[in-house]
Amino acid sequence: MLQLLDITKDYDNKPLLRGISFSVAANETVCLLGASGSGKSTLLRIIAGLEPPEQGTVRWEGQDLTAMPAHLRNFGLVFQDYALFPHLSVFENVAFGLKMQNLTGTVVERRAREAMTQVNLSGFEGRRVTELSGGEQQRVALARALAPRPRLLMFDEPLGALDRALRDRLQDELRGILHATGIPAIYVTHDQEEAFAIADRVLLLHEGRIVRDGSPSEVWNEPGSAWEARFLGLGNVIEGVVSLKVGRSKVETPVGVFGLGCGHAHQAGEKVELLLRPSGVRLAADGNLHGVVADVLFHQDAFKVTLENGLYFYLPEAPQVGEEIRLCVLQSGIRCLTSPT
Amino acid sequence: MDQGVDGDGVAVSQRVGESESQRVDESASQRSAESLIRRIAPWLGVSIFLGLFFFYPLARILWLGLNPASLSGLGISSLRFTFDVLLFTFYQAFLSTLLTLLIGLPAAYLFARFVFRGKSLLRLLTAIPFMLPTVVVAAGFNALLGPRGWVNLGLMKLFGLEAAPIVFVYTLWAILLAHVFYNTTIVIRVVGNALAHLDPRLEQAARLLGADARRTFWRVTLPLLRPSILAAVLLVFLFDFTSFGVILLLGGPRFATLEVEIYMQAIQIFNLPLAAVLSFIQLLCTLAFSILYSRIVTRVAVTTAPRSAASNLRRARIWREKLFVGGVVVLLLTLFLLPMLSLPLRSIARLESARGERTSVTYGLTGDYYRELFVNRLGSLFYVPPFKALTNSLSYAALTVILSLALGFPVASALTRPGRLERFLDPFLMLPLGASAVTLGLGFIITFNRPLIAGHGSLITSPLLVPLAHTIIALPFVIRSLQPALASIPVRLRQAAATLGASPLRIWFMVDWPIVSRATLAAAIFAFTVSLGEFGATSLVSRPEYPTLPIAIYRFLSQPGGLNYGQAMAMATILMGVTGLGILLIERFRLPGAGEF
Repeated sequence: MLQLLDITKDYDNKPLLRGISFSVAANETVCLLGASGSGKSTLLRIIAGLEPPEQGTVRWEGQDLTAMPAHLRNFGLVFQDYALFPHLSVFENVAFGLKMQNLTGTVVERRAREAMTQVNLSGFEGRRVTELSGGEQQRVALARALAPRPRLLMFDEPLGALDRALRDRLQDELRGILHATGIPAIYVTHDQEEAFAIADRVLLLHEGRIVRDGSPSEVWNEPGSAWEARFLGLGNVIEGVVSLKVGRSKVETPVGVFGLGCGHAHQAGEKVELLLRPSGVRLAADGNLHGVVADVLFHQDAFKVTLENGLYFYLPEAPQVGEEIRLCVLQSGIRCLTSPT
Repeated sequence: MDQGVDGDGVAVSQRVGESESQRVDESASQRSAESLIRRIAPWLGVSIFLGLFFFYPLARILWLGLNPASLSGLGISSLRFTFDVLLFTFYQAFLSTLLTLLIGLPAAYLFARFVFRGKSLLRLLTAIPFMLPTVVVAAGFNALLGPRGWVNLGLMKLFGLEAAPIVFVYTLWAILLAHVFYNTTIVIRVVGNALAHLDPRLEQAARLLGADARRTFWRVTLPLLRPSILAAVLLVFLFDFTSFGVILLLGGPRFATLEVEIYMQAIQIFNLPLAAVLSFIQLLCTLAFSILYSRIVTRVAVTTAPRSAASNLRRARIWREKLFVGGVVVLLLTLFLLPMLSLPLRSIARLESARGERTSVTYGLTGDYYRELFVNRLGSLFYVPPFKALTNSLSYAALTVILSLALGFPVASALTRPGRLERFLDPFLMLPLGASAVTLGLGFIITFNRPLIAGHGSLITSPLLVPLAHTIIALPFVIRSLQPALASIPVRLRQAAATLGASPLRIWFMVDWPIVSRATLAAAIFAFTVSLGEFGATSLVSRPEYPTLPIAIYRFLSQPGGLNYGQAMAMATILMGVTGLGILLIERFRLPGAGEF
């Protein structure tokens, strides 16, 4: 439905977006994940029509929207910190978009109430938005965006200002509402957990480009580069050199020698980066990795053990700090991050 | 080692604490009496001064204005007359405010939303008039549009006319235009600030919800600005309502507001009871507006989101924006630059024949008007050359600076640690802001036309009344600009200096003074410029033999003859130059953010 073709944008005369192309299908929730300052919000503003791109087009079902002003696009946007109208009541905020469509009073009334029920805000109609809590304001912002039945919904870090527990709850509600309404959505965040929890598809934005496009499980299980693995916090990223031993590729690293389980055809002597997943190890006397324990931290249902060489793993029992341990890295816990050149 | 020292330190301080608490017990009453004196002391000077020269005269006005005996002498015609004056006061203030909004709102939008070359210069240009003396503004408009002004003389020469074709001075238009000239900066500051700090995403949210530019403005931008517009309207209306010099000098004898009529009744008709009644009405109106204003100001603070102003600014891109920016810039330049330029230029230009030389007219530059200032012409209205008016003004201004700093400094420092006493007395300090200058002058006349102490001469003949009145007007501003500077010094800074071995005196010179000196300088310059340009109170209390510069300008402007006119222009130019310099210096020295409306 929505199609972006080769969008570029400069910021302070430096390239911010360097050719972004992707599309969003019906009923699909796409998460745009990237570090702060990577241009995520700018991309949303370009789609919304609040800012023009330097190059590229925004299309909706084949129609070029680039020249269409924001108020004619019928795209909804939930702003970071919500941007609620402080001079209007909760109901008037929600009804704003409906009034702009010149609907009759009864229709406005009915549909605004519908939207408010959808986000569990019934009974808040006459309240001032300035006296609401953060979570309530978030719901008003969502209802305001939903009420005019937009063709596309966009979210700019909508849960950023809320505490952990509230975020988790609103995430679930949001996902429920998006599925119930079937409105395609673009969700921008820098928090990977939030992205994985809400998205049908995850896009990773890095240095002005989309470096990864896939389902949450694909992105999680098959990181394509060292940057992805680091940014998503998938585990330890180490460097090593490929060596061929008895026809099998091995990687020699400062912390041990590991098998190379990827389908890539690496040459001997090539430098590669490996991901060692923190859960992909077990304690073993003949393990291929050893180190002195620097820190032990209780972490949910395991212990996070950090070694003096900087690597960390999740182990079922806690070793002593200062103890030297040997670990066997399972083949499933290793992933090669370097494609052959 | 370290721990040992720490332990010792704690032990010592505990011992000191014990002995101190014992001492407190012994002489608690003596100490509390001492601290009470220390608390009251800074307020003594100000209390006596304001009591004697502000509250007492004010009480005399109220007593005279509300006294049944004096009221019964007024009769029904006075009542009718008072009503007419009141009506015109409202009428002209209403029209002035409307016109000011008409120019101020687009200008506020220009400054809040657009970046263009020369922006800060233009902003300064629009801010200067607010502090210019009324006589200077009147002289400026006179030099531009008056019967001997550039436009009229130019048209007369161009078309060979006998009389000035444009009648501007002594019309309602002159009053309105001068008020717009004065108060546009208020709209620019109050509404422009609110607009600049408005969260830009609110307008974007409206756009995304389907509102076009027009509906976004009417449904979101304007409602959000309403409190600040209302605040600006009330402030402008208040200034227009109490305007004096502009009406007297540019409106002429046909127009009288409350303020002008108080002056007329007191000085020319000497009907003090009627003047007192008018003063009382004036005070009531001002009080009502001020209360309304302070209520609205609290609402302004709630609705504007604290956002960085930078994100709202843009360069004009499409032709409609360029047209808007260009149009408003030209309008502002015309309105603000022309009167301020034509005044100094007129003071050095010879544009018409002098008396007795009708046939041969020499046009060109001349320094005559300035040279004449030192000459005491026979038959002139003055016993002294106009130059003396300048030296009078300068010495009054110097006295005002000394008095207001001496009275203001102790109070301002007491206010930085507000206790119950400070919170109670603070509003009284600001009350002189609410009374108009003419009311103050009337109070002086009523109060000091008899000796304060029996057997001594009455104060009314003393030239000292002028700086006293000026001090009362300048004092609230002086206190309000000193206070934030004094309060901005963190206590820890002084404590740090003390632990480094500085004595209290050295702390004051090394820490306090460097921080406070700039604000003190700004306050001093402010008091100086206020005194230099003050016209309302001065016109009532100054003695004919000790005129100030504004009084001299007023007298020369109302005299016939090109030479008198030229001298008025010359004096007004000097006054404008000195005041302009003062404004620039204040801008340089004041704390950022302090001294807004």
